[in-house]
Amino acid sequence: MNPAGLLEQVRRAWAIAKKDIRIYYLKGPVLIFGVFMPVFLFLAFLMGSRQLPLAFLVSGLIGMTLFFTATAVSPAIFPWEGSAKTLERLASCPVTVETIVFGDMIASVLFGIGITAVTIAIGLALGLPLLHGVTLAAAVLLAAVCFSAIGMLLAVPPTNVPSNIMMLSSLIKFPLVFISGIFVPLEQLPTWGLALAVCSPLTYFADLVRYAFTGVSYFPVGIDLGALAVFTLAFTAVTMVLHRRTMSRRM
Amino acid sequence: MPDAIEARDLTKVFGHTTAVDRVSFSVRQGEIFGFLGPNGAGKTTTTRMLTGVIPPDGGTATVLGYDMRTDPVQAKQRFGVVPETANAYTDLTAWQNLMLMGELYGLGRAHAAERASELLGVLGLLERKDQKVQAYSKGMKQRLILAMALLHEPELLFLDEPTSGLDVQSTHLILDLLRTLNQAGTTIFLTTHNMEEANRLCDRVGIIRAGQLVALDAPERLKAAIDRFHRIEVSFDREVSAGGLAALEVVHTIAREGDKWLMTVEDTDAAIQALAALAREHGAAIVALNTLAPSLDEAFLRLTGEGTS
Repeated sequence: MNPAGLLEQVRRAWAIAKKDIRIYYLKGPVLIFGVFMPVFLFLAFLMGSRQLPLAFLVSGLIGMTLFFTATAVSPAIFPWEGSAKTLERLASCPVTVETIVFGDMIASVLFGIGITAVTIAIGLALGLPLLHGVTLAAAVLLAAVCFSAIGMLLAVPPTNVPSNIMMLSSLIKFPLVFISGIFVPLEQLPTWGLALAVCSPLTYFADLVRYAFTGVSYFPVGIDLGALAVFTLAFTAVTMVLHRRTMSRRM
Repeated sequence: MPDAIEARDLTKVFGHTTAVDRVSFSVRQGEIFGFLGPNGAGKTTTTRMLTGVIPPDGGTATVLGYDMRTDPVQAKQRFGVVPETANAYTDLTAWQNLMLMGELYGLGRAHAAERASELLGVLGLLERKDQKVQAYSKGMKQRLILAMALLHEPELLFLDEPTSGLDVQSTHLILDLLRTLNQAGTTIFLTTHNMEEANRLCDRVGIIRAGQLVALDAPERLKAAIDRFHRIEVSFDREVSAGGLAALEVVHTIAREGDKWLMTVEDTDAAIQALAALAREHGAAIVALNTLAPSLDEAFLRLTGEGTS
């Protein structure tokens, strides 16, 4: 057995992910927050914009659900573990910094996908037809990884005070939702709004979800998937590099 | 046989403070090495650099033949760490914590379970293995941390203040286990404030002060080395004259204290032999003979500049 080998490190990342799920995700308040937060945002918007079609609104809800759930807990795990000194325990184990980050990302991806599956089921229960299931599955998987990487990126500042990170997280996450065509269709956005929207990975995910339910998308599906893949790779790489630099400052 | 730990010019700087300043030492395989120093001297920072938790700003650390900068995972696979703060996951049970360690060290599930049961039994935690760690006492948490560090049967064990603040029962349990492990061949690197613990347990100790290593030797030699003159206390079953004692070449000073003679000598061994010869010459028997070497506490205080000589 080569403990530093890729396969062995992936196995150990899975152990970290299971630990995260058990400790941080499978908690009543976290699960409730994961479902309620996007639902209430969605209902608030539904009441103010009744003329928008249900498919648009549910697609937006799915986009928000995955984005908020995949980035809900992961930014706070490092500060929590830093203050409890359990991060030092992990750092003294035969795992790399990348393995620890990857483990946290796996947990975040699974949590995001799990809660989003509930939202998709609600959409289907409301009578929406699923026209492109494979595209939706690919989009959810890709976006879940991308948003998890964003969540871990938010955890880069080496503070062990979770509230600092959560404040930073909210400052970045909410504006990102508003520029991503969740509440206003991309075709109705002004030029400057569209210029902002193309910078957000959530835009491409929401566009793909709409395509999956309506067969219509603003960007070609290939562009949406390609952009999401590029964002995923870029955020994951940057997250890994930055955590490698800052990890020792948490100890 | 290569050294288990080799630190060369290890340096760590935090802001404008040099926490560890070009510290060099080695730990032989199979020995118990004590790393002593006052609070803030750099013990924990040195341990963290050796265990790969933080990178050094200068120098190198080679552990079990692996450079901690380039091959930390390979080295970590073969050593265990008991950090200063008990850091098991309090939301998990003892058993879940141990299984997590098993997975992080790449142990098979059955082997991990077997080792976990064995260690929890030895450390008196088996009956409470399914209880969440948050309900554990400090001593129980520390015993669990030790079990977590030993699960993968490491060749080398780092312990940072393992008995600090623990009850007598937990302290004895941990120290007994360390002795047993060492007898079975495990190398032990131990930082402690407890001089008695270091004195009884360690083959060699290093003393660090303000980030610099100020002494490195066996506890007895360290104690002996801090004073040029050693004190001997002797009493005989009949009167031996002060002149006879003072005439001994090895005796530097002499004073009477009750029925005992207190003397300072440069060479303890030569002095004891001379005293035995003097007793025979006077037809007297030695009732008591004590060599009053400074304690490790005194050596520590003298070497760290925290006490008066």
